[in-house]
Amino acid sequence: MTAHLDVILITFMAAVAVAVARLRDLFAAAMLLGMFSLLSAAAMTVMDAVDVAFTEASVGAGISTILMLGTLALTSSKEAPGRPRRTTFALLAALATGVLLVYGTLDMPHYGDPAAPIHNHVAPHYIEQSWEEIGIPNVVTSVLASYRGYDTFGETTVIFAAAVGVLLLLGGGHISRRISVLRVPSAEEPGAASGAGQLGEASGAGQLGEASGAGQLGEASGAGEENEA
Amino acid sequence: MTRHIILRVMAKLLIPVIMVFALYVQFHGDYGPGGGFQAGVIFGAAIVLYTLMFGLDEALRAFPPRVLEAVIAIGVLLYGAVGVATMLLGGNFLDYGHLLHDPVQGQHRGIFLVELGVGLTVAAVMVTLFLLFAGRPRARGSDE
Repeated sequence: MTAHLDVILITFMAAVAVAVARLRDLFAAAMLLGMFSLLSAAAMTVMDAVDVAFTEASVGAGISTILMLGTLALTSSKEAPGRPRRTTFALLAALATGVLLVYGTLDMPHYGDPAAPIHNHVAPHYIEQSWEEIGIPNVVTSVLASYRGYDTFGETTVIFAAAVGVLLLLGGGHISRRISVLRVPSAEEPGAASGAGQLGEASGAGQLGEASGAGQLGEASGAGEENEA
Repeated sequence: MTRHIILRVMAKLLIPVIMVFALYVQFHGDYGPGGGFQAGVIFGAAIVLYTLMFGLDEALRAFPPRVLEAVIAIGVLLYGAVGVATMLLGGNFLDYGHLLHDPVQGQHRGIFLVELGVGLTVAAVMVTLFLLFAGRPRARGSDE
């Protein structure tokens, strides 16, 4: 049963990947990439890696799709037609790389092989001692947050550094100032193509509410409606 | 988006549910799948939905960029502070067993705080990235 699921999922993923590569409509490509993430999340669930699947579904299918749509709203949702070129060399290079990668996997231990090196290093200790040493049922969490706390600290720092980098590049160092300077004037035509319209409208929409001056956080959502009504 | 009454009502129903689910993923990560990272992303998604429905200005008022920027740093600092605290209490960096008298209870406390730090940073980063993209003007000459 699981083997069938694997085959079905991988077939779907390959089909979606080909579709993404061939599409000129970037909006559809972004949506298909979200689908690809969801399919790979399903594949990870089949492999019993629920925590990884969870992350893939929320980040890959959720947030990164939103960010891609946000980018499309700023640029264009159609890929510029490139000049037709000879693609023989590119195809050969891709095929050679693929063959090399498949050849490389031949030496790897089989999936789920209990004798694989990765299952005989620290993994037995984590699995056997986790309950006594950490005392929480989810071993993934105890590895992630306790045994490998350094790594997770590093990951969090990477996210922090990425945010700082984006803030410096896009926000000029301070989003509160830059967003108010850069705000789209409400001349944005509504119902524009695809996702562009939503984001564009979103940035222009709240200006009604601004006049009301309801500064409190709690009132913020209510204030906008009254204005609308 | 402000004119679509059905979308707005549905979003209003969904946003609190998404936020509560994020908190569940955050604090139930010890027992089931999930943890700070996933919870942060889900919480961020709720705020993104809010921004799409009610506009950038409303979102900026509800989640001021200054606060978001502070939360980005607070999460990482909380994680680091737990490590420093364990050092001050006589253990190694991030050796949660020293946080409380009972090492296992200490581990619980440490993982709770560390995951909270991860969740705070990730949620604030996701929202900040989205607001930065949504707050930029369209490039000149792009198609419609």
